[in-house]
Amino acid sequence: MSEAYAHPNYVKIWFWLVVLLLISVAGPMLEIPALTIITAFGIAVIKAFLVAANFMHLKFEKQIISFLLILALCLLGVFFFGVAPDIMMTDGDQWIDCIADKSCVEQRL
Amino acid sequence: MHGPIATHRSATGVPTGRLGTWWLLASEIFIFGGLIACFILFKLNGTPGFEDASLTSVTAGAVNTFVLLTSSLSIVLAHAAIEKGDQNKSFTYIWYTIGAGLVFLGIKTYEYTGKILHGHTITENLFWSFYYTMTGLHALHVIGGMVIMALISFDIRKGYNYQRVELIGIYWHFVDLIWIFLFPLLYIANF
Amino acid sequence: MSQAAAAVETGIHAEHHEDLNFLHKYILPLDHKIIAMQYIFTGMIMAIIGGYFAYAFRMQLAFPGELVPGYGLVGPGEYNMLVTNHGTIMIFWVAMPVLIAGFGNYLIPLMIGCDDMVFPRINRLSYQIFLVSALVLILSFFVKGGGFGGAWTAYPPLSSVAEYNLTDWGSSLWVLAVALEFISFLLGGINFVTTAMNARAPGMKMMDIPIAVWFIVIAVILFMASVGPLIAGAVMLFMDQRIGTTFFLPSGGGDPLLWEHLFWFFGHPEVYVVLLPTLGIVADIITVFSRKKLFGYKTVLYTAFATGGLSFVVWAHHQFIAGIDPRMANIFVVTTVLISIPLAEMMFSYIATLYGGSIELKTPMLWALSFLAAFLIGGVTGIYLGASALDVYFHDSYFVLAHFHYTFFPITIIGMFAALTFWFPKMFGRMMNETLGKIHFWGTFIPFNCIFLPLFFLGLAGQHRRIYNYQHFPDLATQELQNIRIFATVSLVVMLLFQLVFVYNFFVSMFKGEKAPDNPWRANTLEWSTSSPPPHGNFKKLPTVYRGAYEYSTPGREEDFWPQNVAPE
Repeated sequence: MSEAYAHPNYVKIWFWLVVLLLISVAGPMLEIPALTIITAFGIAVIKAFLVAANFMHLKFEKQIISFLLILALCLLGVFFFGVAPDIMMTDGDQWIDCIADKSCVEQRL
Repeated sequence: MHGPIATHRSATGVPTGRLGTWWLLASEIFIFGGLIACFILFKLNGTPGFEDASLTSVTAGAVNTFVLLTSSLSIVLAHAAIEKGDQNKSFTYIWYTIGAGLVFLGIKTYEYTGKILHGHTITENLFWSFYYTMTGLHALHVIGGMVIMALISFDIRKGYNYQRVELIGIYWHFVDLIWIFLFPLLYIANF
Repeated sequence: MSQAAAAVETGIHAEHHEDLNFLHKYILPLDHKIIAMQYIFTGMIMAIIGGYFAYAFRMQLAFPGELVPGYGLVGPGEYNMLVTNHGTIMIFWVAMPVLIAGFGNYLIPLMIGCDDMVFPRINRLSYQIFLVSALVLILSFFVKGGGFGGAWTAYPPLSSVAEYNLTDWGSSLWVLAVALEFISFLLGGINFVTTAMNARAPGMKMMDIPIAVWFIVIAVILFMASVGPLIAGAVMLFMDQRIGTTFFLPSGGGDPLLWEHLFWFFGHPEVYVVLLPTLGIVADIITVFSRKKLFGYKTVLYTAFATGGLSFVVWAHHQFIAGIDPRMANIFVVTTVLISIPLAEMMFSYIATLYGGSIELKTPMLWALSFLAAFLIGGVTGIYLGASALDVYFHDSYFVLAHFHYTFFPITIIGMFAALTFWFPKMFGRMMNETLGKIHFWGTFIPFNCIFLPLFFLGLAGQHRRIYNYQHFPDLATQELQNIRIFATVSLVVMLLFQLVFVYNFFVSMFKGEKAPDNPWRANTLEWSTSSPPPHGNFKKLPTVYRGAYEYSTPGREEDFWPQNVAPE
């Protein structure tokens, strides 16, 4: 390791990760969908960021690596949003309530 | 010099091993990301079966998350130790990480067995197909990581390839990150 | 390296390479040049298999129902297997290994002035996995049921249900072979990118890197980014096939269209993955043989970035009539037409490079020029297909087939021969025979056009792809159309026969050719500054770079080239 930087306090980071874990488990127990999303997934994102920045040293790494990772995530986003209309919209303006499609599922063809 | 001179050059300032590891992770993001994206697509579409996320044990999943988070801590401490040249401490921390990996796999085995005996096989519905595929692929990466970690631990005890502790650490953190996202997707149902 | 880094990297010890036995030099090599040749030779052998399959199915189309000499009877299932594996082999086991893994491996360390790839053992491993993938594919032809016949695009449910595709193990082995090949290239890709980013010779700035290296590296990055979702998809398909999951079956809640998206999200960048290396190789060849600087180095580079970026948002143009939302189709029409712009600009730059140059029509230059001409036709016909309204008619017709052969053939075959004839002296230390080279060139290029140009017209006449016998379709069974099919097939046989000229030239020159000097083509890039072939470690003394790669006919200099490593006076 050629860079001299002050290490983050790894145990402190771990402590906060565990706290966040507990919140993310407790949140969904309240059974409010919006809260579930914020606690379960929002916290997952925060935990991911903490691990990436501190344990993986991205905070101290050359910027090109972070750029590369962000680019990868953006491309995944392109994939997701490009495919979603086709997978998630099986009914259309002219083809509402596809009877043939549903009967196939029912008959388990 | 061990290996070609090329390996020791660094026009970017990032050591070659680390740069290569990050490229590996970037490509793995697409593999797991692709699987996860497909899961989300089906889930948001209301595909039948995805309510079965309530059947997976949140406790087991949460404990596993804790185990992996702790293993991330131990491997980064192994890296901090070897930076100071402390081979033995680093060796110990690496084996703590491998131990945590074993605990993780043990809990997963327990989960799988329980679910299969209850009739929730991989072909039951699309949720279970994804569940076993995603956690299975993840588990394979955990096993691979543990094997490589063990090999590196023996190397550092002989006095070489210290830099690889950081590299396997980065890989291991990635495996942890994947699980951080799999946990809410597969274990939390009510949304 | 700083002291802290040196302190961490302890225990490094010297390795001696002079005393390697045959096993470690040729079967288990660590040297990138030998690994490159392993890839190239394997790719060329697979090309023979792929070409043989093409011969068999074209003979069936020209003379339906008759025994194909040297093959046998081609029934409908057999035909499907042949076209599927012809396509799969040519893309994954010929184009990629020869151009990317082969020439990329050979050229990158040499052109950037270092002694090997940064991860030689991963390099060796990636070839070994690749070899296994090739063997798995070949195995699939011999299992019960024969090889997979569901088209290289492997759409489910045909590809996932054995009762439909009738090739139970063949299909799974095919998926496994492709997955292994992907992993091999992912590993190789990590090597290439890290090497190009980090291991450049001192003094080599980013804009001094030869275009061949840039383009191979960009191609590899495109591959690494696009293949991930398809690997996920291949795992899902394999499981649908063998375990009975329903990822792609509607009856179980799955969606066959999802496979199409996973496949083409990769499939479209993939065509640029194979295109860019050839474009890079062509750039390096035309500058050498026109003794002229590349016109607009930065422009060419930026257009490659633009092409690469855009290639990720055009994929659904392969799915225009698959039942996708027409509004999405509109978006993809726009992006598809847009992507032709940077490519056109690249072509203009290449033509501008040639303009006013001192053109030497040596064999590599003939190949490079013919690439430009043929690819132009391929690219332009792609624009027709990019218009979704036209694609309603053209989809899955021979128009598409002719389009992609006018792109893939120049990329793979012409690109391969351009690279081989250009770097042969460097690789083997001997010159190839120019006359035989020219005979082989014309004997390949003219028949190539005779095969595929008529196919556009067959497509316009409504001839659909992947049909083993057009005699069953009265409108397509006319003598006029059948004559075209026979003409194309005869041209293919002629072209295949001319390849024997190349085989002869290649092997005889390797042993008996005129000894090659270090720099027979008087070129600038670093590989020409070392001996032919280069020693182990590539350079007696690792070079320092003082200028860009394209200083040809620099004003004020007597010599019409200025190698990158020659110190300024």
